[in-house]
Amino acid sequence: MSKYRLTQLKALEAESIHIMREVVAEFRNPVMLYSIGKDSSVMLHLARKAFYPAPLPFPLLHVDTAYKFPEMYEFREWFVKEIGAELIVRRNEDAINKGMNPKGFGVARCCGALKTQGLLDALEEGNYDAAFGGARRDEERSRAKERVFSIRDEFGQWDPKNQRPELWDVYNGRIHEGESVRVFPLSNWTEMDIWLYIREENIPIVPLYYAKERLMVERGNLLIPYYEKTKDQLLKGEEPTMVMSRFRTLGCMPCTGAVRSHATTIDEIVAEAAAARRSERETRIIDHGANTMEDKKKEGYF
Amino acid sequence: MTANINFKLSQTIQLLRLATVGSVDDGKSTLIGRLLVDTKGAFEDQLLSVTRKKGAASEAEVDLAMLTDGLSAEREQGITIDVAYRYFATPKRKFIMADCPGHEQYTRNMVTGASTANAAIILIDARNGVMPQTKRHTHILSLLGTPHLVVAINKMDMVDYDQSIFEKIRADITAYCAKQGIKDLICIPISALHGDMVVTRGDSMSWYKDRTLLETLESIEVTDHIERLPFRFAVQYINRPQTEELPDFRGYCGRINSGIVRTGDTVTLLPSGKTSRIKEIVTFDGTPDEAFAPQSVTLTLVDDIDISRGDMIVHSDSTPEIRKEIEALVCWIGDEPLVARKKYIIKQTTNSVRAVAMDIVYRTDIHTLNQDNADELGVNEIGRVRFKLAQPIYCDAYADNRATGSFIIIDTFTNITIGAGMICG
Repeated sequence: MSKYRLTQLKALEAESIHIMREVVAEFRNPVMLYSIGKDSSVMLHLARKAFYPAPLPFPLLHVDTAYKFPEMYEFREWFVKEIGAELIVRRNEDAINKGMNPKGFGVARCCGALKTQGLLDALEEGNYDAAFGGARRDEERSRAKERVFSIRDEFGQWDPKNQRPELWDVYNGRIHEGESVRVFPLSNWTEMDIWLYIREENIPIVPLYYAKERLMVERGNLLIPYYEKTKDQLLKGEEPTMVMSRFRTLGCMPCTGAVRSHATTIDEIVAEAAAARRSERETRIIDHGANTMEDKKKEGYF
Repeated sequence: MTANINFKLSQTIQLLRLATVGSVDDGKSTLIGRLLVDTKGAFEDQLLSVTRKKGAASEAEVDLAMLTDGLSAEREQGITIDVAYRYFATPKRKFIMADCPGHEQYTRNMVTGASTANAAIILIDARNGVMPQTKRHTHILSLLGTPHLVVAINKMDMVDYDQSIFEKIRADITAYCAKQGIKDLICIPISALHGDMVVTRGDSMSWYKDRTLLETLESIEVTDHIERLPFRFAVQYINRPQTEELPDFRGYCGRINSGIVRTGDTVTLLPSGKTSRIKEIVTFDGTPDEAFAPQSVTLTLVDDIDISRGDMIVHSDSTPEIRKEIEALVCWIGDEPLVARKKYIIKQTTNSVRAVAMDIVYRTDIHTLNQDNADELGVNEIGRVRFKLAQPIYCDAYADNRATGSFIIIDTFTNITIGAGMICG
């Protein structure tokens, strides 16, 4: 390969950095949504590259549902301190105090309250006009349709039938008062790219991505993790057993399944991702209800 | 694609950005579904979630279009409204594929999908031949300067895999392309539904001896050698940490639009015209001696000069044009027509300027390619327009440099992107 050619990972990196700088240059008050997952880790790494040697010119915002894995909170505290970023944590305390949970209220309602409403409230409170998200187009078919700059109305809603044309790499960041933009710098990355990049750049990730003997409950095709905090979310008759497993994606404890795996190193994870015949979103209960990702995005979900 | 091959090669493979275009019902979404299924770019659970065709006997007959038509409105109406981006990889390369809508109404979304493509597949239904929308899309691709065009003549199964039908359509589209200077058109007969000549050859068209569609896509030259063009660096953002450790650091962030830059190079800054030298190329991964397009880097200069976003750093021995008046080919995608004397915003590289449309030099008839007189450009029309700008821009002709020769036109009232412009030399 000629020395003036970029590998796919370097090409994607250059594109993502360009997108982030464009946002910081054109918007008044950007924020980066941080979900603690592998895509967030990559997005954050790219942001550090984009603004090096300066510190990040925007804060991180974690919309916490109170249902994240203990390992995720631990990682969040360590990682944010390690890179010296400013972290804002927001929760929909009202819903949490009312005991919002997926089993009692339904997954769609729980997500709507803890994630979507939590996010919209936090964005409004911070008066942010641009929010970076780590969503990728290969994840899900309605995400495959979204622009890099996704314009939202004052209620944070997406209008998929009326998206702005996005030409070359010239992004149109002009918005009206009250509107905002969700920006997806990882739009063109695939799950495989994410893993290869994590390997190439030695990016730290939550240990839950690596296989280990873990307490799991089997529900149909899913392995649901067993934790003290969420054991009341189990269905009748479900009993935990130790299973060698890992997580392909991370979300809330009651709604994120694991997969059987012996991949304990990044090389083994890459090999497993390359051989995977089922999508990573399959383990996310949120994707399988009558309320689709498209519906949730129209309501303001990221 | 075995795990092993992918695992070894994936760090060095290259990216090919593709667009699929063509008229309604020519089978674009089905073709992409076919490519995804046959290269294993679609996951089993995604395949199971798509609706099976009525009476389909096997999984092989799942409605492939359902894989890419990601919006509920698209599935309801059975048409593609907006571009869907899909990703697949072979041991040779990674593909980003933009599935563009065929309806004239959604031409704006087709332009979105095609503007970043290194290559495009133009689909034609073998039963219908070259349609008006085939011509419109082909003409837009020629304006965009899409480097590689592949014509896939689809639904060969519906015409009994008849070679003479294929040859007739090949002659028609080749003639239309020749009129606008497109040569080396590759035409391939395929059946996206059954898979013939897409990934595998199948056994229905033994008369066709050339590469399959996927083999063709794998052999297309990816790079457009933008590093060989003159150095252009539109400043995106000024990096001034003002921290204790770096109180005086002042770096210019940007994505190298074209060319190569090296430490010590003599550069000219536009618009001031001042010259300086490159002190360092700063990146998170160190300070390399050189960097090239399309890398994103931060440059520091030997001299302290006032530079802001929208300015351009170039090599002193090869500067771009500084223009307050431009003529450009415009693909109009706004609902309200472009009219003379109306004011717009033009964004070119990182520069946004106010502009007024002076006059429409001509409007192109996409059937005959004649250049007609016109008072306005309506939605989905194409023409040559003269603009006067409130501030100068630093540009090259689009034919010479896509990055500095392209711009978008923004409505001053709605903020919506309403046009794509390509600067004429």
